[in-house]
Amino acid sequence: MSGWLALVRPGDWLTVALGALAVALAFPLLWRGGPAERAVIRLDGRVVAEYPLDAARRFEVAGPLGKTVIEIQPGRARVAADPGPRQYCVKQGWLTRTNAIAICAPNHVSLFLSGRQAGYDTLNY
Amino acid sequence: MGESSLELRVTPADRRIARYAAAAIALTVAEAAIPSPLPGVKPGLANIVVLIVLARHGWREAAWVSLLRVLAGSLLVGQFLAPGFFLSLTGALTSLVALALAARLPARWFGPVSQSILAAFAHVGGQVLLARAWLVPHDGVFYLVPVFALFALVFGIVNGLAAARLMSAAPAPSAAMRPG
Repeated sequence: MSGWLALVRPGDWLTVALGALAVALAFPLLWRGGPAERAVIRLDGRVVAEYPLDAARRFEVAGPLGKTVIEIQPGRARVAADPGPRQYCVKQGWLTRTNAIAICAPNHVSLFLSGRQAGYDTLNY
Repeated sequence: MGESSLELRVTPADRRIARYAAAAIALTVAEAAIPSPLPGVKPGLANIVVLIVLARHGWREAAWVSLLRVLAGSLLVGQFLAPGFFLSLTGALTSLVALALAARLPARWFGPVSQSILAAFAHVGGQVLLARAWLVPHDGVFYLVPVFALFALVFGIVNGLAAARLMSAAPAPSAAMRPG
């Protein structure tokens, strides 16, 4: 071990430290993805409601099958209930990240979280 | 040789570059067989050779070895002119630029380890920029940067130590080419 340490020159430690610092900074800087700011609710692709994620509220959308219930809380939103047969959008649970999307296809409703930063959306990654 | 044959003058530097490049190419091919957890994450063992050439024979020869390695290595693993080849070429070019600068740092303080780390970061940086500009025209590419940077740091240190070790173990230029 000491044989290997002898190969590291004093300035190399500085390079290692700066490199580690750069890596440590890169994680929070590039991985924040932006907190979601608004919930966008669409029916048949048309925006029917848009709410900031700042207060708790519930919203009902009437689709072809019945009512889809969207629940919004500070910083997150979910599909609380949906008449669709497979309940995929309900099982997705709370959405928190920007560009996350829950699609209740049978009832033609989607819930999308938008934010300032463009990141990945649920479908693309 | 007949009068029509073309004779190429081969200088000792040419032979040296060819031998070092052969070692680097062998490492590239060997490395291609190592499974990688993430596409694009590789140890870059061939850079050990480039670092040794840089220390012993200067930047110009290191650049020759590095670029020959990219060219021949891509031909051998069947990546020539595929996206992977351009990523590899861009990485090699940006890390050569970094090495040109790093080699100017005072040798008393900064050795192969620093050069290797800086080159590794430059390698990843160049590749990510090319990927952003050409292959994946979306800022989502930058999402992978922290992971690549972490591996660049780790493998940069490892390769730098390996190069320093090889040079201290075999001070004579010819001895460094022996495998093992």
